[in-house]
Amino acid sequence: MSVNTTSQHYVKIWGLLLFLLVVSICGPLLGIKVVTLITAFGIAIVKAWLVAANFMHLNIEKKYIVYLLLSMIILMVLLFFGAAPDVMKPGGNNWERVSTTVK
Amino acid sequence: MSFAQPMATRRSSTGISTGKLAVWWVIVSEIVIFGGLLVSYILYRLYHDQWSSEAAHTSLIAGSINTFILLTSSLFVVLSHRAIEDKDPQKAFKYLWYTIFGGLGFLVVKSIEWTGEITHGFVMTKSLFWAFYYTAAGLHALHVIAGIIIMAIISFDIKKNKNLQRVEYIGNYWHFVDIVWIFLFPLLYIAK
Repeated sequence: MSVNTTSQHYVKIWGLLLFLLVVSICGPLLGIKVVTLITAFGIAIVKAWLVAANFMHLNIEKKYIVYLLLSMIILMVLLFFGAAPDVMKPGGNNWERVSTTVK
Repeated sequence: MSFAQPMATRRSSTGISTGKLAVWWVIVSEIVIFGGLLVSYILYRLYHDQWSSEAAHTSLIAGSINTFILLTSSLFVVLSHRAIEDKDPQKAFKYLWYTIFGGLGFLVVKSIEWTGEITHGFVMTKSLFWAFYYTAAGLHALHVIAGIIIMAIISFDIKKNKNLQRVEYIGNYWHFVDIVWIFLFPLLYIAK
Protein backbone atom coordinates (compact mmCIF):
# COMPACT_ATOMS: atom_id res chain seq x y z
CA MET A 1 0.00 0.00 0.00
CA SER A 2 1.54 3.25 -1.09
CA VAL A 3 0.68 6.35 0.89
CA ASN A 4 0.14 9.53 -1.10
CA THR A 5 -0.58 11.82 1.85
CA THR A 6 1.74 14.81 2.06
CA SER A 7 3.78 15.81 5.12
CA GLN A 8 1.70 18.97 5.33
CA HIS A 9 -1.45 16.93 5.92
CA TYR A 10 0.19 15.13 8.85
CA VAL A 11 1.33 18.43 10.38
CA LYS A 12 -2.24 19.80 10.05
CA ILE A 13 -3.64 16.74 11.84
CA TRP A 14 -0.98 17.17 14.55
CA GLY A 15 -2.01 20.81 14.97
CA LEU A 16 -5.64 19.77 15.31
CA LEU A 17 -4.68 17.15 17.90
CA LEU A 18 -2.84 19.77 19.96
CA PHE A 19 -5.83 22.12 19.78
CA LEU A 20 -8.11 19.32 20.98
CA LEU A 21 -5.63 18.58 23.78
CA VAL A 22 -5.90 22.19 24.99
CA VAL A 23 -9.71 22.03 24.84
CA SER A 24 -9.76 18.75 26.77
CA ILE A 25 -7.59 20.29 29.50
CA CYS A 26 -9.55 23.54 29.73
CA GLY A 27 -13.04 22.03 29.52
CA PRO A 28 -13.00 20.37 32.96
CA LEU A 29 -11.78 23.62 34.54
CA LEU A 30 -15.33 24.94 34.12
CA GLY A 31 -16.42 22.43 36.74
CA ILE A 32 -19.55 21.30 34.87
CA LYS A 33 -19.79 17.50 34.79
CA VAL A 34 -21.39 17.21 31.34
CA VAL A 35 -18.80 19.57 29.84
CA THR A 36 -16.02 17.51 31.46
CA LEU A 37 -17.44 14.30 30.01
CA ILE A 38 -17.72 15.77 26.53
CA THR A 39 -14.39 17.59 26.48
CA ALA A 40 -12.28 15.00 28.27
CA PHE A 41 -13.73 11.73 26.99
CA GLY A 42 -15.53 12.78 23.85
CA ILE A 43 -12.42 14.54 22.61
CA ALA A 44 -10.31 11.50 23.50
CA ILE A 45 -12.44 9.44 21.12
CA VAL A 46 -12.08 12.08 18.39
CA LYS A 47 -8.30 12.27 18.89
CA ALA A 48 -7.98 8.48 18.80
CA TRP A 49 -9.99 8.40 15.57
CA LEU A 50 -7.82 11.15 14.01
CA VAL A 51 -4.62 9.23 14.86
CA ALA A 52 -6.07 5.91 13.67
CA ALA A 53 -7.50 7.25 10.42
CA ASN A 54 -4.68 9.61 9.39
CA PHE A 55 -1.47 8.42 11.06
CA MET A 56 -2.23 4.68 10.98
CA HIS A 57 -3.84 5.12 7.54
CA LEU A 58 -6.96 3.20 8.46
CA ASN A 59 -8.83 5.47 6.05
CA ILE A 60 -7.07 3.72 3.15
CA GLU A 61 -6.29 0.36 4.78
CA LYS A 62 -8.10 -2.86 3.93
CA LYS A 63 -11.57 -2.79 5.49
CA TYR A 64 -11.17 -6.07 7.35
CA ILE A 65 -8.50 -4.45 9.56
CA VAL A 66 -11.09 -1.91 10.66
CA TYR A 67 -13.59 -4.72 11.33
CA LEU A 68 -10.94 -6.56 13.37
CA LEU A 69 -10.33 -3.51 15.56
CA LEU A 70 -14.02 -2.76 15.97
CA SER A 71 -14.73 -6.34 17.00
CA MET A 72 -12.19 -6.05 19.84
CA ILE A 73 -13.74 -2.77 20.97
CA ILE A 74 -17.16 -4.45 20.92
CA LEU A 75 -15.70 -7.17 23.16
CA MET A 76 -14.60 -4.47 25.60
CA VAL A 77 -18.10 -2.99 25.62
CA LEU A 78 -19.47 -6.48 26.32
CA LEU A 79 -16.95 -6.86 29.15
CA PHE A 80 -18.16 -3.59 30.65
CA PHE A 81 -21.85 -4.46 30.55
CA GLY A 82 -21.20 -8.05 31.55
CA ALA A 83 -19.24 -7.14 34.64
CA ALA A 84 -21.07 -3.93 35.56
CA PRO A 85 -23.95 -5.52 37.53
CA ASP A 86 -21.50 -7.44 39.74
CA VAL A 87 -19.29 -4.44 40.38
CA MET A 88 -21.83 -1.69 40.70
CA LYS A 89 -24.86 -3.21 42.34
CA PRO A 90 -25.04 -4.07 46.06
CA GLY A 91 -27.10 -7.16 45.36
CA GLY A 92 -29.54 -8.92 43.09
CA ASN A 93 -32.44 -11.36 43.27
CA ASN A 94 -30.29 -14.22 44.48
CA TRP A 95 -27.13 -12.61 45.81
CA GLU A 96 -25.89 -9.89 48.07
CA ARG A 97 -22.51 -8.18 48.08
CA VAL A 98 -20.76 -9.22 51.26
CA SER A 99 -17.28 -7.79 51.15
CA THR A 100 -15.12 -5.31 52.93
CA THR A 101 -15.33 -1.79 51.66
CA VAL A 102 -12.84 -1.25 48.87
CA LYS A 103 -10.70 1.81 49.55
CA MET B 1 19.82 -25.16 1.99
CA SER B 2 19.72 -21.37 2.11
CA PHE B 3 17.15 -18.87 1.02
CA ALA B 4 17.27 -15.12 0.49
CA GLN B 5 14.16 -14.28 2.50
CA PRO B 6 11.73 -16.11 4.76
CA MET B 7 8.79 -17.38 2.73
CA ALA B 8 6.29 -15.38 4.83
CA THR B 9 7.76 -12.14 3.52
CA ARG B 10 7.32 -13.20 -0.10
CA ARG B 11 3.65 -14.05 -0.17
CA SER B 12 0.36 -12.87 1.22
CA SER B 13 -3.13 -14.28 0.91
CA THR B 14 -4.78 -11.44 2.83
CA GLY B 15 -4.06 -8.53 0.53
CA ILE B 16 -1.60 -6.87 2.90
CA SER B 17 1.98 -7.81 3.73
CA THR B 18 2.48 -10.50 6.35
CA GLY B 19 4.54 -8.24 8.60
CA LYS B 20 1.90 -5.53 8.62
CA LEU B 21 -0.86 -8.05 9.32
CA ALA B 22 1.20 -9.42 12.21
CA VAL B 23 1.54 -5.96 13.73
CA TRP B 24 -2.22 -5.41 13.41
CA TRP B 25 -2.77 -8.72 15.23
CA VAL B 26 -0.46 -7.54 17.99
CA ILE B 27 -2.39 -4.26 18.21
CA VAL B 28 -5.70 -6.11 18.33
CA SER B 29 -4.47 -8.25 21.22
CA GLU B 30 -3.19 -5.14 22.99
CA ILE B 31 -6.67 -3.60 22.68
CA VAL B 32 -7.95 -6.51 24.75
CA ILE B 33 -5.15 -6.12 27.32
CA PHE B 34 -5.42 -2.38 27.80
CA GLY B 35 -9.14 -2.39 27.15
CA GLY B 36 -9.72 -4.95 29.87
CA LEU B 37 -7.63 -2.95 32.31
CA LEU B 38 -9.32 0.34 31.48
CA VAL B 39 -12.83 -1.14 31.48
CA SER B 40 -12.14 -2.57 34.94
CA TYR B 41 -10.87 0.82 36.08
CA ILE B 42 -13.93 2.61 34.71
CA LEU B 43 -16.27 0.14 36.44
CA TYR B 44 -14.60 0.66 39.80
CA ARG B 45 -14.25 4.40 39.28
CA LEU B 46 -17.97 4.78 38.61
CA TYR B 47 -18.74 2.80 41.73
CA HIS B 48 -16.27 4.62 43.98
CA ASP B 49 -16.92 8.31 43.64
CA GLN B 50 -14.54 8.92 46.54
CA TRP B 51 -11.67 8.04 44.20
CA SER B 52 -11.85 11.60 42.89
CA SER B 53 -10.06 12.73 46.06
CA GLU B 54 -7.24 10.27 45.32
CA ALA B 55 -7.15 11.25 41.63
CA ALA B 56 -6.74 14.89 42.64
CA HIS B 57 -3.10 14.09 43.47
CA THR B 58 -2.13 13.09 39.93
CA SER B 59 -0.19 15.76 38.08
CA LEU B 60 -2.21 17.30 35.24
CA ILE B 61 0.87 19.22 34.08
CA ALA B 62 2.98 16.06 33.77
CA GLY B 63 0.13 14.25 32.02
CA SER B 64 -0.37 17.13 29.58
CA ILE B 65 3.34 17.35 28.78
CA ASN B 66 3.43 13.61 28.15
CA THR B 67 0.38 13.81 25.90
CA PHE B 68 2.05 16.58 23.88
CA ILE B 69 5.27 14.53 23.66
CA LEU B 70 3.48 11.41 22.44
CA LEU B 71 1.35 13.28 19.88
CA THR B 72 4.49 14.97 18.52
CA SER B 73 6.41 11.68 18.43
CA SER B 74 3.48 10.16 16.51
CA LEU B 75 3.90 12.95 13.96
CA PHE B 76 7.62 12.21 13.67
CA VAL B 77 7.12 8.50 13.10
CA VAL B 78 4.52 9.08 10.38
CA LEU B 79 6.89 11.60 8.77
CA SER B 80 9.53 8.86 8.90
CA HIS B 81 7.09 6.59 7.02
CA ARG B 82 6.47 9.40 4.54
CA ALA B 83 10.24 9.70 4.00
CA ILE B 84 10.46 5.96 3.25
CA GLU B 85 7.66 6.36 0.69
CA ASP B 86 9.71 9.24 -0.81
CA LYS B 87 12.72 6.87 -1.02
CA ASP B 88 14.72 8.91 1.50
CA PRO B 89 15.90 6.45 4.20
CA GLN B 90 18.35 8.94 5.70
CA LYS B 91 15.52 11.38 6.43
CA ALA B 92 13.45 8.49 7.76
CA PHE B 93 16.34 7.58 10.09
CA LYS B 94 16.40 11.14 11.41
CA TYR B 95 12.65 11.24 12.07
CA LEU B 96 12.76 7.82 13.69
CA TRP B 97 15.34 9.10 16.16
CA TYR B 98 13.21 12.20 16.87
CA THR B 99 10.47 9.71 17.78
CA ILE B 100 12.86 7.77 20.00
CA PHE B 101 13.90 10.97 21.79
CA GLY B 102 10.21 11.75 22.27
CA GLY B 103 9.73 8.37 23.88
CA LEU B 104 12.73 8.94 26.13
CA GLY B 105 11.36 12.36 27.05
CA PHE B 106 8.07 10.72 27.99
CA LEU B 107 9.90 8.30 30.29
CA VAL B 108 11.90 11.13 31.91
CA VAL B 109 8.72 13.10 32.67
CA LYS B 110 7.03 9.94 33.98
CA SER B 111 10.04 9.21 36.22
CA ILE B 112 10.00 12.71 37.70
CA GLU B 113 6.23 12.52 38.17
CA TRP B 114 6.35 9.13 39.90
CA THR B 115 9.29 10.14 42.08
CA GLY B 116 7.22 13.07 43.34
CA GLU B 117 4.16 10.92 43.95
CA ILE B 118 6.02 8.09 45.67
CA THR B 119 7.95 10.44 47.96
CA HIS B 120 4.61 11.95 49.02
CA GLY B 121 3.29 8.52 49.96
CA PHE B 122 1.12 7.85 46.91
CA VAL B 123 2.37 4.33 46.32
CA MET B 124 0.76 1.33 44.64
CA THR B 125 -0.43 -0.15 47.90
CA LYS B 126 -1.99 3.03 49.23
CA SER B 127 -5.39 2.38 47.65
CA LEU B 128 -7.06 0.57 44.75
CA PHE B 129 -7.02 3.80 42.73
CA TRP B 130 -3.22 3.99 42.97
CA ALA B 131 -2.90 0.27 42.19
CA PHE B 132 -4.85 0.88 38.98
CA TYR B 133 -2.90 4.06 38.27
CA TYR B 134 0.56 2.49 38.52
CA THR B 135 -0.53 -0.71 36.75
CA ALA B 136 -2.08 1.07 33.78
CA ALA B 137 0.57 3.77 33.42
CA GLY B 138 3.35 1.29 34.15
CA LEU B 139 2.13 -1.20 31.54
CA HIS B 140 1.93 1.65 29.07
CA ALA B 141 5.47 2.77 29.94
CA LEU B 142 6.74 -0.79 29.33
CA HIS B 143 5.20 -0.61 25.86
CA VAL B 144 6.93 2.73 25.29
CA ILE B 145 10.27 1.15 26.25
CA ALA B 146 9.66 -1.80 23.91
CA GLY B 147 8.75 0.57 21.09
CA ILE B 148 11.91 2.62 21.63
CA ILE B 149 14.13 -0.47 21.50
CA ILE B 150 12.47 -1.80 18.34
CA MET B 151 12.62 1.59 16.63
CA ALA B 152 16.33 1.88 17.39
CA ILE B 153 16.98 -1.55 15.86
CA ILE B 154 14.92 -0.72 12.76
CA SER B 155 16.63 2.68 12.37
CA PHE B 156 20.04 1.04 11.87
CA ASP B 157 18.60 -1.28 9.25
CA ILE B 158 16.98 1.52 7.27
CA LYS B 159 20.20 3.53 7.38
CA LYS B 160 21.70 0.65 5.36
CA ASN B 161 18.65 0.73 3.06
CA LYS B 162 17.35 -2.59 4.43
CA ASN B 163 13.86 -3.65 5.57
CA LEU B 164 12.37 -0.24 4.87
CA GLN B 165 8.80 -1.61 5.26
CA ARG B 166 9.41 -2.01 9.00
CA VAL B 167 9.14 1.73 9.56
CA GLU B 168 5.42 1.49 8.78
CA TYR B 169 5.07 -1.50 11.09
CA ILE B 170 6.72 0.11 14.11
CA GLY B 171 4.89 3.32 13.24
CA ASN B 172 1.53 1.57 13.60
CA TYR B 173 2.66 0.11 16.94
CA TRP B 174 3.77 3.56 18.16
CA HIS B 175 0.47 5.16 17.12
CA PHE B 176 -1.34 2.52 19.12
CA VAL B 177 0.81 3.32 22.18
CA ASP B 178 -0.18 6.97 21.61
CA ILE B 179 -3.88 6.08 21.37
CA VAL B 180 -3.72 4.15 24.66
CA TRP B 181 -2.25 7.25 26.32
CA ILE B 182 -4.97 9.41 24.72
CA PHE B 183 -7.47 7.39 26.77
CA LEU B 184 -5.31 7.01 29.89
CA PHE B 185 -4.80 10.77 30.16
CA PRO B 186 -8.43 11.78 30.77
CA LEU B 187 -9.14 8.71 32.91
CA LEU B 188 -6.20 9.18 35.28
CA TYR B 189 -5.45 12.91 35.09
CA ILE B 190 -8.59 14.81 34.13
CA ALA B 191 -11.41 12.88 35.82
CA LYS B 192 -10.90 14.38 39.27
